[in-house]
Amino acid sequence: MNRYPLWKNLLLLAVVLVGLLLALPNVFSQDPSIEVTAARGGEVNEASAGEIKAALEGAQVPFKAIEPAQGGKLLVRFKASGDQLRGQEVIEGSLSERYNGAMTLSPDLPGWLRALGVRPMFLGLDLRGGIHVLIDVDMDAAVAQTRERYTNDIRTLLRKEKVRYLSVGTDAGRIVIKFPDSDSRDKGRELIGDEMRTLVLSAEGEGEGATLLAVMAPAEVQQTQTFALEQNITTLRNRVNALGVAEPIIQRQGDRRIVVQLPGAQDPARIKEILGATATLEYRLVDTEHSVQDAVDGRVPPGSKLYKERNGAPVLLSRRVIVTGNQITDAAAGFDSRNGQPMVTVALDEQGGRRMREVTTENVSKPMAVVFIENRTVTSRGPNGEVVKRQELSEEVISIANILEPFGRRFQTTGLDSPEEAHNLALLLRAGALAAPIQIIEERTIGPSLGQDNIDQGFRAVLIGFAAVAVFMIFYYGVFGVIADLTLMVNVLLLLAILGLLQATLTLPGIAGILLTVGMAVDANVLIFERIREELRNGSSPQASIQAGFEKALSTILDANITTLIAGVVLFSFGTGPVKGFAVTLSIGILTSVFTAMLISRAMVNLIYGGRRLSKLSI
Amino acid sequence: MELFRKTNIPFMRLKWQAIILSTAINLLGIGSFLFLGLNLGLDFTGGTLIELGYQEQVELNSVRAALEAEGFGGATVQNFGSARDVLIRLQPKGDTDPAALSDRVYQTLSQAAGGQVELRRVEFVGPQVGKDLTEQAGLAILYSLIGILIYVAVRFEYRYAVGAVIATIHDVIVTVAVFSLFQIEFDLTVLAAVLAVIGYSLNDTIVIYDRIRENFRKVRKGTPEEIVNLSVNETLSRTVITSGTTFITVLALYLFGGAVINGFALALLVGIAVGTYSSIYVASAAALMLGISRADMMPVKKEGEVLDGLP
Repeated sequence: MNRYPLWKNLLLLAVVLVGLLLALPNVFSQDPSIEVTAARGGEVNEASAGEIKAALEGAQVPFKAIEPAQGGKLLVRFKASGDQLRGQEVIEGSLSERYNGAMTLSPDLPGWLRALGVRPMFLGLDLRGGIHVLIDVDMDAAVAQTRERYTNDIRTLLRKEKVRYLSVGTDAGRIVIKFPDSDSRDKGRELIGDEMRTLVLSAEGEGEGATLLAVMAPAEVQQTQTFALEQNITTLRNRVNALGVAEPIIQRQGDRRIVVQLPGAQDPARIKEILGATATLEYRLVDTEHSVQDAVDGRVPPGSKLYKERNGAPVLLSRRVIVTGNQITDAAAGFDSRNGQPMVTVALDEQGGRRMREVTTENVSKPMAVVFIENRTVTSRGPNGEVVKRQELSEEVISIANILEPFGRRFQTTGLDSPEEAHNLALLLRAGALAAPIQIIEERTIGPSLGQDNIDQGFRAVLIGFAAVAVFMIFYYGVFGVIADLTLMVNVLLLLAILGLLQATLTLPGIAGILLTVGMAVDANVLIFERIREELRNGSSPQASIQAGFEKALSTILDANITTLIAGVVLFSFGTGPVKGFAVTLSIGILTSVFTAMLISRAMVNLIYGGRRLSKLSI
Repeated sequence: MELFRKTNIPFMRLKWQAIILSTAINLLGIGSFLFLGLNLGLDFTGGTLIELGYQEQVELNSVRAALEAEGFGGATVQNFGSARDVLIRLQPKGDTDPAALSDRVYQTLSQAAGGQVELRRVEFVGPQVGKDLTEQAGLAILYSLIGILIYVAVRFEYRYAVGAVIATIHDVIVTVAVFSLFQIEFDLTVLAAVLAVIGYSLNDTIVIYDRIRENFRKVRKGTPEEIVNLSVNETLSRTVITSGTTFITVLALYLFGGAVINGFALALLVGIAVGTYSSIYVASAAALMLGISRADMMPVKKEGEVLDGLP
């Protein structure tokens, strides 16, 4: 009686061993490291390793090892995160032409374990440090931009087809087109209806007040919004990748929000600036035919626009743009070889390149200007002395130079203030523009030392809690207490294994969830043991008591745990970040605790007591 | 070792006293909630929180003065965890770009301390996010209660379900009341703990209900009150041991888990204590007073047998 067949014991043993293997990586410490990839199409190899080694040694930055990693990368391991930071500076500084470095944590696993591909749990930002931002995308602005494009298109269309109109404007989300008479309006309506099928048109007024109202169809509004969100996600991803953060998470949340998580990132001010920035370049010809002074006095010629240089001097530029930032496909920061000034090397796409060549060929020896456009925040003091900040579009001419010869697709732009500005501008040009303005509505930054404190304190609490429970169980239940403790260990082992396998994120509340699971996993054992004691008291034989105890406790254990599971699942679907981590460990912990209490604990009881005559149990 | 050997405590004799006590505590809790309100954390109110690590112990007044001088009036400055860690809370005001507030505060204080300050933590929550969270929090509690109500109603009977939900609401009110009465900060992790308390409190209740159902079928004699008493006594040992071990683990978390997790652990400690009491005196008493009887268990019996037959 009370014996498991051999296959069942072996199966359970296999489960425990696999669990042990999967949980093993968590035991090893994680090194602060830098993932080095080659910049722009190059590759990393033995020579690169030597080069990085030399650079780090030159800067006296101690490191543990340089080793090849998956996906054609090199991994540089450090002992301390301070060394890692300095290492990153070295790579960003002297080697940035050829390599990109991304800071990460990588487990210091022995070779055979790494070969098996098992990984430790994914640590949440509150444990490893990093930056979490929630970004709100201004959907109204995205729709307004599309509406604006429509008004331009309508104007062009009416002019081309020679339909007379008084004005095209927008009002309260509608495009309002005013006509001099009903006839023109009807003609206009037919034209617009044919050309722009997505607009919903309605007429208003007759004769001199004849007006046509156009609104975007709901389906198109939605499409515009989806596109803006997706485009922004792509742009943000590009920008984040360029920032050098390993394993970034960029996810859509709901209809209009984007979550960006950057593990290990440490400079929130710079990261927020890069994420929200809108810097771009425009190339325009300088208007040399009209007087700048006249324009300053208010008589700006119709084909031109007045700009200012960085030193404040006014300059008149042609309204027609040669190329805009959208046509830039690549950009890199560097220094001008002649005068050592910071510069950005820019490459254009097919269309932009062709246009640049045409315009520069026609205008050799005439001056061309580069306009630096930035949506910057301006700080000033309000009337009551409070700090006031507002967004302001600044357009500055950063360089004017005579065109010496026709430009190709690749050329240089100078006139930037500092190497940092050149670096940021190149990054933003490479990543592309944002399709709609964004606003950061939530930020959570955890410094690396706090993350480590959280891990240390969390695990100390788990160890102490576990030990206290373990001692109590042995004291209270004897041999069965030892069985409960072993079961508990297997339970935590399996929980860690599954968390690692799912690559679920472990957070500080998640550690609390593990601890709570320990407390509750004991419950299943207590239920069984109390049942066995009851059966014994009622005069059943020890073997029959074991049998009945496990069987009768089952439905209670299931009922009690399913209700907790319901709360866990609700918590998971509602929670964000750390709270989700708690829900994950709690829910998985419930499943593993039911499994271990019913099968592992039973197997151990069977091995110890099964199949022999007993006069008493140590319970 | 055994603490409770064949106890026969007439728990239900005290049911009226228990109900008066529970009602009084709950009214106190609701009153405190209405008049004192909750000291809601940043997650719900929105605002900015900055935790800084100084190399040496720092005068909070000098930190306040440095902030005041740069126009960050109205900041709350306090120690957090140790005398070297400082926590600063700010409410956004006016036109300032709230997302950049933390950067400017850090810059100001870093300069004031000659660069010897480490940025340990920044939390910024925009007002809209806080509002959304408060709404979702309420919904989450509601959904879990409904889910549990349905499960218990299907597995047992509606009177049990009502009893379980009353007990759960009781526990939530008491736990939240402790945070309200002592004005302890109520943040997102505390909310998670309250939801865990819902699960935990129920766990206890279900175990007793299970035994009541079993005894209704097994013990042919006795009034419902006697059956409930018997069931509570039979499960008493388990209830106390489990609550005890869970309490110990959470106590370890409260004492050693660090300041960030303190509120979370406290909510669980209160919840476990109250949950144990309520599963006996609220859930069972309520089900008893709603008139559970032997006859109610008959239609469910078939389903119960099927589940009992699982391996």
